[in-house]
Formats: sequence, structure tokens, C-alpha cells
Amino acid sequence: MSTDGTLVEVTDLSVGYGSVRAVDALSFRLERGAALGLVGESGSGKSTVASALLGLHRGTGAVVQGTVRVAGVDVGAASEAELRRLRGGTAAMVFQDPLSSLDPYYAVGDQIAEVYRVHHKASRRAARARAVQVLDRVGIPDAVRRARARPHEFSGGMRQRALIAMALACEPELLVADEPTTALDVTVQAQILDLLHTLREETGMGLLLVTHDVGVAAESVDDVLVMRNGVEVEHGPVATVLGSPARTYTRRLLKSVPRVDVPRARRPAEAEQGQEPTSAEVVLEAVGVRRVFGRGARAFAAVDDVSLQVRRGEALGIVGESGSGKTTLGRMLVGLLDPSAGQVRREGVAVRGVRPDVQMVFQDPVSSLNPRRSVGESVADPLRARGERDPAVRERVLALLERVGLEPAHYDRYPHEFSGGQRQRIGIARALAADPRVLVCDEPVSALDVTTQAQVVELLDELRRELGLALVFIAHDLAVVRQVSDRLAVMRRGRVVEHGPADEVYESPREAYTRQLLAAVPVLDPGLAALRRAERRELTVTQM
Amino acid sequence: MKALHGFAGFALRRTLGAVVTLLAISVIVYVVFYAAPGDVAQITCGPRCSPAQVHQVAEQLRLDDPLYVRYLHFLQGVVAGHDYSTGTSVEHCSAPCLGLSYQSDQQVTQLILAKLPVTGSLALGAMVLWLLLGVGTGVLAAWRRGRLDERILTGITLAGWATPVFVIGLLLMVLICGQLQLLPFPQYVPFTEDPEQWAWNLLLPWLSLALIEAAKYARLTRSAMLETLAEDHVRTFRAYGVGERAIVGRHALRGAVGPLIALNANDLGSLFGGAVLTESLFGLPGIGRELVHAVNVVDLPVVVGLVVLTGFFVVLANAVADLLYAVADRRTVLS
Amino acid sequence: MASEGARASTETVLAPASGVRQFWRRLRVQRAALVAASVVALLVLLALAAPLLSAVEGQDPTTYHPDLVDSARGGVPVGTFGGLSADHWLGVEPQTGRDLFARLVYGARVSLGVALAATVVEVTVGLVMGIAAGYGNRWVDQALSRFTDVVVALPLMVMSLALLAIVPSGFPRPVLVAVVIGLIGWGSIAKIVRAQTLTLKQLDHVAAARLSGWSSWRIARRELLPALAAPVITYAALLFPVNISAEAALSFLGAGVKPPTPSWGQMLTSANVWYQAAPQYLLLPAGLLFVTVLALTVLGDGVRRALDPRAASRLSVGTGRKKEARA
Repeated sequence: MSTDGTLVEVTDLSVGYGSVRAVDALSFRLERGAALGLVGESGSGKSTVASALLGLHRGTGAVVQGTVRVAGVDVGAASEAELRRLRGGTAAMVFQDPLSSLDPYYAVGDQIAEVYRVHHKASRRAARARAVQVLDRVGIPDAVRRARARPHEFSGGMRQRALIAMALACEPELLVADEPTTALDVTVQAQILDLLHTLREETGMGLLLVTHDVGVAAESVDDVLVMRNGVEVEHGPVATVLGSPARTYTRRLLKSVPRVDVPRARRPAEAEQGQEPTSAEVVLEAVGVRRVFGRGARAFAAVDDVSLQVRRGEALGIVGESGSGKTTLGRMLVGLLDPSAGQVRREGVAVRGVRPDVQMVFQDPVSSLNPRRSVGESVADPLRARGERDPAVRERVLALLERVGLEPAHYDRYPHEFSGGQRQRIGIARALAADPRVLVCDEPVSALDVTTQAQVVELLDELRRELGLALVFIAHDLAVVRQVSDRLAVMRRGRVVEHGPADEVYESPREAYTRQLLAAVPVLDPGLAALRRAERRELTVTQM
Repeated sequence: MKALHGFAGFALRRTLGAVVTLLAISVIVYVVFYAAPGDVAQITCGPRCSPAQVHQVAEQLRLDDPLYVRYLHFLQGVVAGHDYSTGTSVEHCSAPCLGLSYQSDQQVTQLILAKLPVTGSLALGAMVLWLLLGVGTGVLAAWRRGRLDERILTGITLAGWATPVFVIGLLLMVLICGQLQLLPFPQYVPFTEDPEQWAWNLLLPWLSLALIEAAKYARLTRSAMLETLAEDHVRTFRAYGVGERAIVGRHALRGAVGPLIALNANDLGSLFGGAVLTESLFGLPGIGRELVHAVNVVDLPVVVGLVVLTGFFVVLANAVADLLYAVADRRTVLS
Repeated sequence: MASEGARASTETVLAPASGVRQFWRRLRVQRAALVAASVVALLVLLALAAPLLSAVEGQDPTTYHPDLVDSARGGVPVGTFGGLSADHWLGVEPQTGRDLFARLVYGARVSLGVALAATVVEVTVGLVMGIAAGYGNRWVDQALSRFTDVVVALPLMVMSLALLAIVPSGFPRPVLVAVVIGLIGWGSIAKIVRAQTLTLKQLDHVAAARLSGWSSWRIARRELLPALAAPVITYAALLFPVNISAEAALSFLGAGVKPPTPSWGQMLTSANVWYQAAPQYLLLPAGLLFVTVLALTVLGDGVRRALDPRAASRLSVGTGRKKEARA
């Protein structure tokens, strides 16, 4: 084992799959006890680097060049036995999706014990005791009992804690965390990041954090390495890179990150007119809507007594964590779901079922377009459904494609030929084809990279102003919502807990839950992050 | 506590569902057979019956009653039993009474009970063999995935999967009993009489059935294990230094248990209702052969009884499998 | 990022986007499937050309040749190798002296024809029931799913054996056998179609089609049916050999096609008595049956891999129907 202070040393690392170079000539060092963040958008090769640290490419057909040394072990040259000792023993990994990362069939404690016994000569009993100990350590209440539960009996945050416990079991020197909080709600994300912070302080282990979220990196690491297309863009102390980026790409990336602490940028024209949409007519309204799923003892109200108004030309933001009922509410607003109680009114008239004047933009750019039909035909659907014919239809579709930033030649292409951002644009064009007055967007940008996110949000805002559309913008990301909304509704467990002009809610939230949500959003300033960590601790204490 | 409550509720719902399914099966079977095109009395009596005889049969079969009345009468017999007068004496046909054989005047229930040990011996013995052969092959195939020996093994199971049992049984019988004379032509000897002879005589039928069935189990085991091996949690254990042996043996095999239980239950259930082909081929006097006989002489009470019985075994086995599955994989209960 | 999970779960339904061409490309690279396809093609040709082939031989499948069997020895064919001669290419049938070659090629017609018809019945009924259950409201779904469960629980062999016994003999027998096998065997296709429909229904592009203002019928046709083609074709390809086995089994038990129509299963019924005197009488139909079913299964397996490399591994499991035809 090396005695100097270097924990990880990566020299000229290249990883290729077939003809694709995922990582190209990357070098970096990580000192013992230090924390490095690998930040990049999808396809930047950041996760590939994480896997390479544990030699996970071995036997997958990927071509790895260069050297990777972890705690003195040359990962590329190590024998199978050495590699197994390294994995979990010296360096442990935490993955993105905590549900699929644990075996559904075995108790969580047993899985941790199994890993422990790979690295230590211990009786089953001793290994189980160790599992309980680490589960307790990561803050799982009643660890003795919970150790016997299976993964599906845990909440998402608890599962991620359990995975971290598994990582801790063998007291590794390095923790590799690959998007550890991406699948989690923002409040849970804050808890997990705080936990990682505390553990690092206590055990002195090194951390390599892979994330697409610059804010998450700002909260958790000392150094940051920005990657793009497999190569390093910029590398340095987190405060320097985020505070005064040297490279154009980094600057662009940082500029695209939506800020929860910055009010929405209004167009000069709009600001001059001082246009307050509050006086405009109500185009869409939910009156005491409720939606129940399941029957009998299993029945539960996903949305419970929600009343909202959407006025002409305004943007209403709806935020909430998973399970808050925001998607169900959105589907009721467009008529894809009928409310179990209450009414959805359009222009004051109660309606059921779908109507062309309220359209939707969907979350998933993969499933929202029929893979077997050309995108032009998908966009043409609302036109053809109301009986229009070629060439008028084709002409209109081409105009729409152009309006959302695509080319006419795209008409005859198929969805798989487009990127996620382009598909969202196609989805928007299809919604516009129906000449709607209201556009309900359900997490329209959550599947996109941050630079693409900014462009799509921009497009939606333009369309709203240009066409006088009312926008309902549903999202879990408070920062994104802030950048589009005139008014904001905060949902929790099927109810609207706070409702008001967007800037008011963000600046001076009345409800404790809203404050908690806002405190959990990662910020880009590492100095501020420490302050907010303390703030969160207080909030949690007063809340619990 | 909540899980237990959930399980009890699930068990209750599953049992009720099984009863409803069984009732539906009995209705369908009854209606199909007794309302089929053609003169039931004539068919039952046979082509040489005089009109008077046919009329008598029609009376005995209560053909003048509406169908639903006859069905309810049948159901009453199943639940409470019947008394039949046979001219001189009254015969009691107790609780699960499926009627009297038209050919032999025997109670169908008795008839079935007499044949059950043969079919049971065949099914259970074959099951032991096919589980050993099939799951073993499947694990081996998943373990050696992608290599030449695995591909050959998979090819062989595909051939086994495709062969009809009577073809393989016929060839085996001709070869082993006829040409090589290694085994006697199978003849059923009750276990209680001579366990050794019982086993020797059943060896060939067991083997024939097991060879066919094993292919299916091998494929199922292999594909379920490969599916699990592609899942994220396997990646977790690899990243924690767990060896390939433990990953295949503990984590991947565990994923195959549920589907294997389901498949085995279904197979066993329908085999208990009569391994028609195997029994006919080897001349084993079991339920399946009884069915073929009853069909040939158009003995409707026996046919209906046997089909309902087979349905009962399948439904029962599936319900048991679901309950076992729920114990093995508690997520099904909670979701 | 958050869509990774969703992407994985919808991948199976979205996978076969590029259609027929990609299917051929994926099928072509499988050598076993290609060999199987040629064997199947040959068998189909044999079946189609049966009258021609037996005309060339100068025989037909039904004429008795008492002179060619030795009635004193129980009907053993006269001559070596079961009566092999220039007139009778594969010898004659014991007892009757009917031409074996003609009976075998005509048997191929019955075997393939009945199995094909049965598969068509299964797919049709299964599609209708599955889509109706998956796309209908809760009550329709409940009723149809229960009914499907009942049908799946009916043992194929036992049920068809019994059914075939009571139907009056006026019906053309091969049609009857096909219909009976088909009407009992559609359950598993219906279940798969229902499950797929339920998954598809959840997809956003189906919701988007609803928002466009299309009718349910048009949505089923444009958005659902094309996506169902892959799993249904896959499953039909796997059912086809099962139906061959089923027909042979029923004929073996004397409940399938009736003499004098030749059938491979029927020929095997009495063959084990004659294996010494006329081994080809046992081996030829058994071998043909084995080759046909094996080739079709390998081909079905190839189709499965070509259509849907991921989801297909699940389709091959626990169908609960396959073994009954052979038990």
C-alpha cells in the first residue's frame, strides 16, 4: 500500500466502446481524504470514469488504455483476487438508482453482511451485527429491525442510505458515488448529501462524486473536474471553477443552470408595460378536484380538494416532490383523467374528457412520440383529426416545426433520429398544432441536460408571449419553475399547501414545507452551501 | 404485522378467485358437453340402440329438464352427494359425487380414486427427475453463457422442447425394451405391492416425460437467470467484490425461483389430471387412459368428471403456486 | 436523467421501431434459424406438392394393396425393408399395404394445415380478447380476464380429446381439429396482448393521440396494433410447433383426423408393434414429426430473437400451454 498522500491517480485514461471513445486521455489525482466532483452532461463520460476506478470494464468488451491506481493498486494490471479485494474493501461505490441497486429478494442487512464477509473472515452472526451497526450509522431508525426488511419496504432515501451503509461496511478509503441523489426528491437529496459530508468528516475517506448537477457538486466537493465528450474541460478548486470559470463551456454550463435565488428574467418590453396578467380572464379552472386511485382499503387520494385558476397568457408553476399529485392534477386539467370529485372548468364551463384547446407537453421524450410514425405525421395528428387535408396540413406542420426550431426536412424522419431536446420540441409542435389556449407541461425538461433545458424553457416562454398561451408548468425542480412562472402553487401529498405570485413565494414563503423545500435546493456557491447546511439542520430539528 | 395482514388478505382473495374459476370451469364443461350439437342420448347409448332404449337413456340423463336444472343437480352432487336407486337397492354416492359411469354404473369418484395412484406415481416421479435435470442444465447454461458447451447444451434443450412426448417415448420403448431388452415393457405394479418393481416399471415413462419437461425448465432457468444477471443489483455486488459463483448461485438463481414454482405447479396440476399420452403409450392404467377409454365409448359422466377434475388440479396447483410465490417474493402481495 | 428508469421499461415496447428490414437483418445472421427456415420451406413444398409427388410415384395414399402384405404372418409387408420397391419408394403400410410415401406426404398437408389453421384461430381470438380487455374499462377487463383465466386452466389435451368425441361426424375432421385446438389455446396470447396493451396505454404517445382528438378505434389501430405485431408474431411462431404436436397427439390417440385421411400421429399409433418387420413405419413419421417440430421451434426462436431481443426472453417462459400437448 502506498504511503504517500495520493489515493487515486489516473493517468491518460481512455475508454472506448467499439468506435465510440467515451473517455479520452483523462488524468487527475485525488489525495487521501479529499473530495473531487466529476461534472458533465450526459455523454460526457463521467460515469465511465467512475466504473474504471473499480475495474468494472473488465470483461465487458470496452477497451481501456492508460493507468488507474487506487490506493497503490494498478487496477488495469491487478489479478482477479486483487481486484475483488479492492472492490468494496478499499474503494466502495454508490449507484444512482437505489431500488434497482439492491437485490429485491434478500433482506437489506443480509446483503450488507454478504459483502462484509467477502472482505473479512467473520461469522454470519458477526457480519449481521456489523450490518446493523452501519445501518444505524447512516441514520436508519430501528436498525436491528429494519436490517431484516427487504429493499422494497424502504423509501427511496432510506434505500440510498442502506447503499451507503453497504459502502461503509468495510471502511473503504475511497467512496465513489455515481449520481447518488439523482433519483431522489430535493429534500431527500439534501439529507443524503449532508450524510455524505458528515461521514467524510468522521472517517476521513476520499470521495469521488459523479454528477450532472453543478449545485450538488458545489455542496459536496473540494475540487471539481468538468468533462465534456470524454475530455477534461476545466479542473480546479470548486470555488474557482464555479466562481470564475476559465473556459467558455463551463461558463455556458453555469449560465444554463437555473437559479432558485434569482428572480425570473422579464423581457424589457414586458417589464415596461408592467403587464399584470391577474386581470385577464380565467381560461382553465380546477374547482375542488379530487382523484382517488384504488378501491376499498387501498384507496388513496392522489389529488385532494385542489382549486386553481389559470388565466389567459400567464404561466402558473406547480412544484412538488414525487407523490405530491402534481402529475395527476396535470392529467385532470387536460382531461386525460376525470376527477373523482370536483370540476374542471374551461372558460367557466364544467367539462369532462379531452378537448383540443387544452394540450399537454409530456415528460419522457422517448415514449411521448410513436416510434413507428414520422414526426411530421405525429405533429399532424390534431390537424388530421379535425378533418384537414394535405397540402394544408403539411404546410402548417412545416411552419410549426420551423417555429419550434426544427427544419422542414425533419418532417419525414423518425423519433429515434432525434435528441431528447429535439423530441421535446416536436412534442411542443404537436401540442401547438391543435391551436390550444392552454399548454400543460408535465416535467417538460426534467429528462434533459441543463443546457438543453434552458433552451426548451426559453422556447416555451417565447410561445406563451407570442401566442397568448396560458402555461401550466409542472416540475419538481424549484429553480426551473422559478424561471418561467408568474404564479406558483406548491403541492404536497395531493394538496396545494401554498399558492401565490411566484416571486413572493420564493422570497418569503409562508409555509414551513415551502421553506424546507427551498432550503434543500443546492446552490452554486460553496461558501453559501455550508451556511445552508447549518440552516437545514435547524429546519429539520424544528420540523421533526 | 402489516405484511402478514396483507398476506392473509391475499391468500383469501386468491382462494376465492380459485373457487370462482373452478365454478366457471364446471359450468363451461357441463354446458359444452351436454348442450353440444347431436343427440346426447343417442350418442350415449350407442349407434345400435333402439328408439325405446334411447328414450330410457334420455330419462335417466334427465334430458327433459332444462340444462341449468341438470347443472344444479350435478353441483348438488358435488357438494352434498346423491342417492341413486339401482332397481333393487339404493346406492349412496357421497360428497364429491360426480355421477355414475354410464358404462359400468360405477361411481365416477370411485373410478377416479382407483386410478389416482397410478397417475400420481407417474407425475411425482417424473417431476423429481425433470427438476433435477432441467434446473441443473439451466444453471449450467447460465453459468457458462456464451461459450461453446453452453450453446450445444441450449441446442439440445431446444430439441427436447420440440419433441412430442409420445415420439420420444415410443422410440425409447422400442429401443430399450424391444431391441436392447434392458427394461421390461412397462406394466404398472402398485408401490404398496412391490416398491422395487414399481420403480423399475415406471422408470421409462418417468424418463420420457422428464426429458421433454426438463428442456422447458432448463430454458426457463437459464433465461430467468440471464435476465437477473443483466440487472443493476448484480452490478452492485460485482462492484463490491462478490465472486461470480456467489452471484450466479445466490442472486441469479434466486430470481428464477418464482417462475419455476409457477411453471412446476401448472405442469404438476395438469399431469395429475391425466398424462393422457404417456399413459396411453405405456399402457399405464391411470386417469388419462381412463379418459381416452371414456371418450371412445362416449361415457359422458366420466368425461365431464375427469375434465372438471383436471381443471380442479390445475386451479389448485396454480393457487398453491401463487401463495408460495407470494411467500418467496413478498412484493407481489404488497403491490 | 430522471427518465433512465422510464426508458428501460418502455424500451421493450418501443424497440422494434425500424420494422421489417431490421427484422430480416437480425434473422439473417442466425445460421440455425436459416437452416430451420429451409427445412420448413421444404416441408411446406412437400405438403403442397403431395398430389404431384405421389402421381410421379404412381401411387395414392388410400388404395389397399393386399397382395403386398403377408396375411398369414399378420400382415407383415412382403419383401425386404417393409416392402421397399421401385413402385413403393418407402415401402408399404403393414396390414393394408397402402403406399407409405404417399401417406407421409399427404400427412404433411394435414399436419401443417391443421396447425396453421389452429394458430390463426388462436391469434385472432387472442388479439380480440386481449385488446378488448386491455383497452376496455375495469368491468370489461375483469370479465374478460377471468374468462381467459378459466380457458387457460382448461387442459388442452383432455379438453380437446373430450370435445372431439362428442361432435357429430358430419364436420370435416381436419377443420374441426384445428378449431378445437384453436379455441382452447388462445388464452396465453390474450394474456400477452392484454399486458402489452396495458403497458402501451400508459405511454405518453397514446395519451397524445387522445389529446389530438382521435377516436378510440383509430388509436387502437394506429398506436396499439403496430406495436402489438412483434409480440404476437413471436408468440404465434412459438405456438405453431406446439399445435403440430397437439394435432399429432390427438391423431395418435384416435381423436384427431380419422382414417382414411393420413396423419403422422395416426401412423404412430400402431407402429410400435411393427418396429421389427417394418422399422420405417415407425421411424419415418416419428422422424418427420421430430424434424418438423424442431425446425419450426428453432425458426420461432430465431423470429423471437430477431423481433425483440430483450422482451422475448420473457415470452419463452412459463406459457403453461406447451407441455400439455405433449404430456
